[in-house]
Amino acid sequence: MNAKILEIENLTVSFDGFKALNNLNFSLETGELRVIIGPNGAGKTTFLDIITGKTKPTEGQVRFKGRNLRNYSEHEIARMGVGRKFQTPRVYLNLTPRENLELACNRYKTVFASLLKRTPSAEKRTVSGLLETIGLSHKADMKANLLSHGEKQWLEIGMLVAQSPDLLLVDEPVAGLTDEETELTGELLTSLAESHSIIVIEHDMEFVRQIARGQVTVLHQGSVLCEGTFDQVQSDPRVIEVYLGQEIHHDQPVSLEDAPQLLEIVEGADPETPGTLQGDFAEA
Amino acid sequence: MTVQAAAERRGIDWSKRRSLLIEAGIVLAIALFLILIVPALLSGFRLNLMGRFLALAIVALGIDLIWGFTGLLSLGHGIFFTLGGYALAMHLKLQIPPTASSQLPEFMSLYGVTELPWFWKPFYSFPFSALAVMLIPALLAALLGYVIFRNRIRGVYFSILTQAATIIFFNFFNGQQKLFNGTNGLTDFRTIFGVPVNNASTQFAFYVTTIVFLVLAYALCRWLTSGRFGRLLVAIRDDEPRLRFSGYNPTGFKVLVFAVSGALAGISGALFTLQTGIISPNSMNIAFSIEMVIWVAVGGRATLVGAILGTLIVNFAKSLLSEKFPDIWLFFQGGLFLLVVLFLPDGIVGWLRTQGVDLVRKLTGRNRVATYPSLEEDPEVDYERKNLGD
Repeated sequence: MNAKILEIENLTVSFDGFKALNNLNFSLETGELRVIIGPNGAGKTTFLDIITGKTKPTEGQVRFKGRNLRNYSEHEIARMGVGRKFQTPRVYLNLTPRENLELACNRYKTVFASLLKRTPSAEKRTVSGLLETIGLSHKADMKANLLSHGEKQWLEIGMLVAQSPDLLLVDEPVAGLTDEETELTGELLTSLAESHSIIVIEHDMEFVRQIARGQVTVLHQGSVLCEGTFDQVQSDPRVIEVYLGQEIHHDQPVSLEDAPQLLEIVEGADPETPGTLQGDFAEA
Repeated sequence: MTVQAAAERRGIDWSKRRSLLIEAGIVLAIALFLILIVPALLSGFRLNLMGRFLALAIVALGIDLIWGFTGLLSLGHGIFFTLGGYALAMHLKLQIPPTASSQLPEFMSLYGVTELPWFWKPFYSFPFSALAVMLIPALLAALLGYVIFRNRIRGVYFSILTQAATIIFFNFFNGQQKLFNGTNGLTDFRTIFGVPVNNASTQFAFYVTTIVFLVLAYALCRWLTSGRFGRLLVAIRDDEPRLRFSGYNPTGFKVLVFAVSGALAGISGALFTLQTGIISPNSMNIAFSIEMVIWVAVGGRATLVGAILGTLIVNFAKSLLSEKFPDIWLFFQGGLFLLVVLFLPDGIVGWLRTQGVDLVRKLTGRNRVATYPSLEEDPEVDYERKNLGD
């Protein structure tokens, strides 16, 4: 059970000389829920692009279940069991939620199977069950462009589950959601974590606190800055420095003793202070 | 809950089947109307026009499939149309009476060709020619499509490439006097199956054949676009990169649709050639391919019926206006297109399906305020209604 589902070694990705990811090492245990945080431009989205095959590594390698992903294209990696939820919900707006889920749920994804095979009733049941889980049963047969933002987020998570991947990559699942929706999403992810390996990328610290059971990884300038539990990471001076930027660093050198005090700033307790963490997040 | 859901699903299937039967009935009725009644109403000249336009409607269906549903704007369907036309025309040109002095199509003797080029020979056979009408355009489309789609060329670049291909083919056919009679094209057909081509009864047979093929093409397109395959096409149109992350490879789907669309264009071209009596590189000029797209836009994208209606409306308007106002009718055509783009972005059928329905309701006094379904069916709202009073 403790085999590594994802291993990334010395990964570098450069776009015209700019290193979006720089000698990054990362690994994920099967069944783990990992949260990745990091300031803007830390390379979080590139990180997901690499795993899903959208971008190819310049150097280094990514191994999923022991297989090097370099020579596989997006759809092949998806079929291997990597599912991805995008930052802005990307559902098919001209299809209904039911049809969206059926597309993702379908096991036979070749041209002729899509043309000739009928949807098995087991799949239809899965889809009905999922519609209930994500609370869209009563809107199952209207076009998805009529759904609210939160409903679209949930629909996309539903599509991700329908695909029954082994590894779920979730990019900012609660962006633009209400507090209540955020909490429900957290519960949903936590329950999914019982049977899947999950990587969540998130900005919302409250949400990270809610879902982070184990390790949290901090990315900075394309590399892993540190890893640890939420509390460890939160009190790590390097993390604080990265998030707060240079100004405060110059004014008051960070030491571990200052950590609790700084943490208040980090959590946005004092919104008046310029350059607080909250300000940084709001820009995201 | 599952029992209820199952019943619900069966219910949906039932109503689906019924509406499918109704649709088939309507299509059949219209086809019979076109075959039995319309010939009595129209003069021979108009009937021939009707037949030509119905043939063009088949290529419009193909364009609707590739553009309306899959989101690939092809501006090169003139190629497939013309290739289909040439394939049948070559068969017709080889219907030479055994008593004739030369056993070659007359233009060949004119240009000093003494022996039939090898690739003309299979066209003696009608079955081969009939297959070639569909398969040559389909294979060409599949090949072009494979190269283009595999390299993930999309959007406006795809459209530009199809235009470029059109120019290449136009120049090729235009320059081949000895092989294809160059810019004059193939014309002056005499017989098919031993019957004179220009007989009224033969032409009527072509008219009926066209209707049969149009019905078949419509049925094919309906089948392709209704099931899971059709939903995948819409998904490709709306967000192709997303689909890859769901584990689908869009290339195969796009190649197949492009090939089917090309085959439909080929059939259309062949039937059009039969009824106009000529096929020339002219139908490969860029304007004609763009016109096809206009028909679909006017009728309504992704509606299929709209493609057929749009073709008939635009072409009849064109032929009537060009008779009445030979000097300025082009302005009308441009105006019609502008009008549609500005005021009916979903085309005529798209408008009918949305605002049109509302308008009829309003006029008949059966105005229903459409509510967001959640108000009707949201369990929470329902709960509140029952427990808290209205």
